[in-house]
Amino acid sequence: MSESQGTIIKVSGPLVVAEGIAGARMYDVVKVSEKRLVGEIIELEGDRASIQVYEETGGVGPGEPVFPTFEPLSVELGPGLIESIYDGIQRPLDVIQKQVGDFISRGVEAPPLDRSRKWAFTPLRKPGDQVEPGDVVGEVQETVLVRHRIMLPPGMSGEIVRIGPGEFTVDEPIAVLKTPEGEQPLKMAQRWPVRRARPYRRKLQPDQPLVTGQRVVDTFFPIAKGGTAAVPGPFGSGKTVIQHQFAKWSDAEIIIFVGCGERGNEMTDVLLEFPHLVDPKSGEPLMKRTVLVANTSNMPVAAREASIYTGITLAEYYRDMGYSVALQADSTSRWAEAMREISGRLEEMPGEEGYPAYLATRVAEFYERAGHVVCLGRTPDGKEQQGAVSVVGSVSPPGGDLNDPVVQATLRVVKVFWSLEDRLAFQRHFPAISWLNSYSLYSDVLRESFDRQATPEFMKDAAAAMQLLEKEAELEEIVRLVGKDTLSAQDRLVLEVARSIREDFLHQNAFHEVDTYASLPKQAAMLSAILRFYEISRAALARGVEVGAIEEAAVRDRIARMKYLTEDEAATAIAQTCADGEKELAAMEAR
Amino acid sequence: MIREYQTVTSIAGPLMLVAGVEGIKYQELVQITLASGEVRRGQVLEVEGDKALVQVFEGATGIAVPTVKIRFMGRGITIDLSPEILGRVFGGLGRPRDGGPAIIPDRRVDVNGAPINPYAREYPNEFIQTGVSPIDGLNTLVRGQKLPIFSGSGLPHNRLAAQIVRQARVLGTNEPFAVVFGAMGITFEEAEFFIRDFTQSGAIERTVLFLNLANEPAIERIATPRAALTAAEYLAFDLGMHVLVILTDMTNYCEALREVSAARKEIPGRRGFPGYLYTDLSSIYERCGRIRGRKGSITMMPVLTMPEDDKTHPIPDLTGYITEGQIILSRAMHRRKIAPPVDVLPSLSRLKDKGIGKDKTREDHADLFNQLYACYARGKEAEELEIILGEAALTDADKLYLRFARDFEEQYIAQGEQENRTIEQTLDLGWKLLAIFPRGELKRVRDAYLDKYWHPAAK
Repeated sequence: MSESQGTIIKVSGPLVVAEGIAGARMYDVVKVSEKRLVGEIIELEGDRASIQVYEETGGVGPGEPVFPTFEPLSVELGPGLIESIYDGIQRPLDVIQKQVGDFISRGVEAPPLDRSRKWAFTPLRKPGDQVEPGDVVGEVQETVLVRHRIMLPPGMSGEIVRIGPGEFTVDEPIAVLKTPEGEQPLKMAQRWPVRRARPYRRKLQPDQPLVTGQRVVDTFFPIAKGGTAAVPGPFGSGKTVIQHQFAKWSDAEIIIFVGCGERGNEMTDVLLEFPHLVDPKSGEPLMKRTVLVANTSNMPVAAREASIYTGITLAEYYRDMGYSVALQADSTSRWAEAMREISGRLEEMPGEEGYPAYLATRVAEFYERAGHVVCLGRTPDGKEQQGAVSVVGSVSPPGGDLNDPVVQATLRVVKVFWSLEDRLAFQRHFPAISWLNSYSLYSDVLRESFDRQATPEFMKDAAAAMQLLEKEAELEEIVRLVGKDTLSAQDRLVLEVARSIREDFLHQNAFHEVDTYASLPKQAAMLSAILRFYEISRAALARGVEVGAIEEAAVRDRIARMKYLTEDEAATAIAQTCADGEKELAAMEAR
Repeated sequence: MIREYQTVTSIAGPLMLVAGVEGIKYQELVQITLASGEVRRGQVLEVEGDKALVQVFEGATGIAVPTVKIRFMGRGITIDLSPEILGRVFGGLGRPRDGGPAIIPDRRVDVNGAPINPYAREYPNEFIQTGVSPIDGLNTLVRGQKLPIFSGSGLPHNRLAAQIVRQARVLGTNEPFAVVFGAMGITFEEAEFFIRDFTQSGAIERTVLFLNLANEPAIERIATPRAALTAAEYLAFDLGMHVLVILTDMTNYCEALREVSAARKEIPGRRGFPGYLYTDLSSIYERCGRIRGRKGSITMMPVLTMPEDDKTHPIPDLTGYITEGQIILSRAMHRRKIAPPVDVLPSLSRLKDKGIGKDKTREDHADLFNQLYACYARGKEAEELEIILGEAALTDADKLYLRFARDFEEQYIAQGEQENRTIEQTLDLGWKLLAIFPRGELKRVRDAYLDKYWHPAAK
């Protein structure tokens, strides 16, 4: 029995209290009982440590030992992360399956990165170079899509004595550095405590859009690279499908998908689908840029609490290489509930709805780890580089009620709010993002980029379309009170065009092979065609054409089918639709 | 290691504090012997130092502090499994209650199970034909899915569940399948209804029943679904059978959980339910699914009655967040004698998209159901408008949608308990109902399918 070892005195669900752990520090990882269950110290009182255990504690009892590791909960960073699937504390689920079978048994240990795999390392620095923390010294082709830049870990600097090239495992030194403390080997794998943000030089204002290919998002409520967004909604409103759509189609270079306390089958869906889906830009499978963190609802609740931090640390690591990373967290409510559960076991005084009083602080800290930054290290030619972590968190409030503490804490920090409504979901209007309640605070800073990437008219058209939708909501109030017959011809036209914007533009079928993704130019063309139709219809009305005739114009059917046009044919076909529509309406005669 | 104590210091509700114990493990099974010789069972909920908090499954009635004997069994709650369990009836803790012999175990398994590794899962995508149009056509069930029925007191959820058990099959296969039925706190009559229905249809031979009736100890209910699912896992993943699990009524289960939580003086969450209700429910629901490389599957249909028909009540709310959709029954439709009274708009099957289409059901299925939904939703809006403003306020288009909504409810949804429709019949009926619309209104359907399947009504 080692001297530092402690003894369990209490077991209550995922909470274990032990005493006599020598040198115990807050947030240190410990191994509980002979089963060696992973746990983390979350409270210290005198000689007693409260430990949240990341695995089921059935069969553990007082008197059993607790072994300290003297290290906070950390992740291992290095080549081999991409295409992996981890649980909340970065245990590789595929390796675990090979070890212990289809069900996760307790106390399993497996290294997060493959120890035997050799990576071809290309040095980008030479002996004699002075290097600082975060500096890129070389690279490894991790997958066809990702060049993994090998960086000095924070806190290490010196002069390169020797460096690659060659084939190395993550454990072998690729270089030797002369530091004030003497010569030190540099390995590809580094560790970082998950609850601490990785350092960067400085933060910048986000100014590039994260293009998602989802029309309602890109056109009306865009998110910036390095921005934060929340998707709250009741169950069945399509949060997970939206998160999957972002993971599939957003133009980030790296995707970290955290399935936090959600369904097992959804993770399987991602696992099976992503290797077959092709990135629209590179033509390579989407899995080649994706890391999955899966801690499903039935996996231990404490590991669920950690999964969010594990995910964001992985995201920061790729950001430090100069990449634009998107983190999808589905769902942050489950994370908050895990906090609540642990807090309850600690018998802490609860805040709102039984959530701990520090809920809002933790939520804000998490979202603040997103951002567009100048990275800590420099590129091999000594230049500064920029990276970004964008965070999209879904929130699952009870009964879809936005007064929920988690929703409120989230809305205080995020800049984009996509409000999902079950009313839209019932009509099978997907994505069920409400155009009246949602907002994006990035629209203005992104204007310039949209002018370049879509068309100069795009933002103006979007504003015009939004106005029509707002007008529609007003008119619908009137219709509800007095019926449709009292409306003027102009107002009836507004209703028709607004319906067209909703059904032909905003409605997007995630399961349709073409409709699932629309590029910015295609979105701009579609929107412009609908507004063009509105313009020529108004002209026709002014000439005395009946609104009924306009409603039945043949071109409307073609407008409705624009979304099914492939990216290649869209531009010409939509232009043709506009031209034909103009001819058709011009030919309509006054009554 | 078996240890016996006579050191109970206090009893409160279903909880008992035992002092002076040693070497006790969390979640250990406990045998409680009363002075009268009666034996009950319990489980360790918390251990601190030399004190163990024990939850008594059969309730603490009649236990006297000085005389009760506590024996710690050194293991968790287990049940005995062998192929012989088919056709048998067990109590809520997994002991035979049909008078038959004890099971000679092939395996003795802890009822808590272990989480399926998400990496080992196979995505559920095999269509199950239930023969019920609003399910097959609009909220398609697939093998390995958990699809609850959200109902209310007095609604015919049991009849729907029984109809599904009678009719469910996977097209073109003849693989062994079984039903596991877990009853938590339902009445004798309800239990008899199911047993009679299973007997009549012959399903009883391949059914395993776990019964905890309304007059039986509430705390035992906490173990009942776990025992049922442990049996289901054995049948599915060890014996390679396709298992349909019916759990009814989850509301009673949650209330039992609340009772224990209250007795432990835990900080309550919404409506007095414990903060860990979500985690606890997921440890039940997530046990269903398919595993790569194994033949069997577990499909689950939990039934729950929503208190006051309120979907935002914590039980249906948290269930909906874990399960892959929900079938909601409507009281208004039940009053109008629509059977089954499936409220189509808020019902949902999340896994349908991969279980339908070419080679599964039919190529036009996805577009068709999108269109039916959209039309029905618009018809229901028109119906509301009509209630407020009268029929005169409706436009011609609104009237058309209203007519569609009525036809849809009367012909498509109200199929009755005895009719078993094939998927082709369900799909064709959908197209027939869409015939009244002009083609331009059918925007959710690809042209090719309109050409092939849609035949406009004669003017």
